[in-house]
Amino acid sequence: MGRALDSLAAALGLAGLAVASGLVTVARLAAEGPGPSTVVPLLITLIAGGSALVRLSSREGWPSRVATPLLFGLILLWGWEVVVAGFQVPRILLPAPSAIGEALARAWPTLAADFWQTFVRSVIPGYAIGSGAGFLVAVAIDRSPFLQRGLLPLGSMISAMPIVGIAPIMVMWFGFDWQSKAAVVVVMTFFPMLVNTLAGLAAAGAMERDLMRSYAASYLQTLVRLRLPNALPFIFNALKLNSTLALIGAIVAEFFGTPIVGMGFRISTEVARMNVDVVWATIALAALAGSASYGLISLVERGTTFWHPSFRK
Amino acid sequence: MTAAAIPGPARRALSRRLAQGRAVPLAVVLAVLLVVWYAAAVWLNAPQAGEQLDRAGTPWTTADLVVRSWAMERPVLPAPHQIGAELYESVLNRPIDSRRSLVYHAQVTLSATLAGFGFGVALGILLAIGIVHLRTLDRSLMPWIIASQTIPILAIAPMVVVVLGNLGFTGLLPKALISGYLSFFPVTIGMVKGLRSPDPLQLDLMRTYSARPMHVFAKLRWPASVGFLFPSLKVAIALALVGAIVAELPTGAQAGLGARLLTGSYYGQTVQIWAALFMASFLAMLAVGAVGLAERALVRFRGGRL
Repeated sequence: MGRALDSLAAALGLAGLAVASGLVTVARLAAEGPGPSTVVPLLITLIAGGSALVRLSSREGWPSRVATPLLFGLILLWGWEVVVAGFQVPRILLPAPSAIGEALARAWPTLAADFWQTFVRSVIPGYAIGSGAGFLVAVAIDRSPFLQRGLLPLGSMISAMPIVGIAPIMVMWFGFDWQSKAAVVVVMTFFPMLVNTLAGLAAAGAMERDLMRSYAASYLQTLVRLRLPNALPFIFNALKLNSTLALIGAIVAEFFGTPIVGMGFRISTEVARMNVDVVWATIALAALAGSASYGLISLVERGTTFWHPSFRK
Repeated sequence: MTAAAIPGPARRALSRRLAQGRAVPLAVVLAVLLVVWYAAAVWLNAPQAGEQLDRAGTPWTTADLVVRSWAMERPVLPAPHQIGAELYESVLNRPIDSRRSLVYHAQVTLSATLAGFGFGVALGILLAIGIVHLRTLDRSLMPWIIASQTIPILAIAPMVVVVLGNLGFTGLLPKALISGYLSFFPVTIGMVKGLRSPDPLQLDLMRTYSARPMHVFAKLRWPASVGFLFPSLKVAIALALVGAIVAELPTGAQAGLGARLLTGSYYGQTVQIWAALFMASFLAMLAVGAVGLAERALVRFRGGRL
């Protein structure tokens, strides 16, 4: 107990030292530019941060599980800031994280409206419809080996296709507003879910199926008790894949025409106006939304497929 | 040689093989799709086609309307044979080095795809090996690898192209970078899962042999992961193709299938868009098929299993 506390205290102390000397580095860089006075805090930050990471990651429990990637992310951000300030990278090429944060705060009302338009109105309905339809169709055609053999190669063929290319066609068909974006998302998310669910439904072993048959279990009972639980890892795989596909699909579709709101619209107009920091702020927001949904799905997956070998200790 | 010449049991075996294989179901599904497509083309193009027929002045019948809606110059949904004609025209009837040849554009896209795929696979495998063996990397890097995939790549593409263009790199490299960025992710995820797939019992057995991490990797983890690697590779090469196409959208549309899509959408050439889409899908099938062949060859080499 005492040693554990010691190593936690040491890790936190090192992390604190890294943050403090990192701030000093950034402040000195901003005040007097790159020079010998920045080298010492730079080295301290790297060494203290690195050893804090090693100590934190060797500990169990959720606080260190959360703290480790956070600290790593902080170090990455700091490295980015230092490189941009130290080498005086032009703002157009790569703005510093501080400039991006500033842009995020400055343009917040617009960005929030863009987020609402793209994420809440296009991505979520499209994701739900596409994944839901893929799942239902997979369960439906699973009973017909004929359809399955016909649709499975077609489905994997189509999920390998560059479906983003249909974005201009969908915009022509469904107009500029969120409906066309949701349509792109539906098409993009449908096939991965179909293929994965079909593969998952086939994943239950012959022994288990025979056991269910010897119990005189009906089709529905076998489906609910045996085959769907066995398919869950595959379904979650598709859900995770789809969560990032959906965001990309909606944003890409907005490049081909949108009302004057939306994250894809913001990115394309601000690139044209050379407001690169606002572009990066939009990307940061998109990345945040994407990781949050991915994390949420992973949490549900951990709760429901805890028996899978990949989660066993 | 007719069906009558085949003796009864053999014929039954043939018909059973046909029904249980993939070819017949796939053909049936494709035929149904084709019929639905033609019907949808009539339904979507009919208003425009009717307008054109009205303008011509002469009285027209439903048959005229159907024929016209399958032969529009800029249809809402082109009929499959129109896309086929465009594909035939731009693949076989143009010199291969011509700007109007789809083969030329496909080859430009494919070279960027393969370069990016190689880069992405190497990076993905290295990251997975690091993540499985170093706890610090697993805890700190893994969440960021996942987060990195939520960055909408098309938004980065113009900036990557501009930045690299300023540094003097144009052509293949920026596109390959974007392809590689897209394709490393499934490889990392699949390989981490695969390298961790050995049962705890097997790992314990290796420990009783007092095997070094290197040997556990070479004798147990790596062989166990190959079964996970190939599905990841199939996803990765498809994504690399998407990456290359998407990267061609903002480069000023000189060459490649993405450029073809963009010019098609600028000028409302729906037939050209669909032809480029079909060509891209054909490339995807070719690439994924090649990975599948490699997998099969490896399975045979290993004596029937992965």
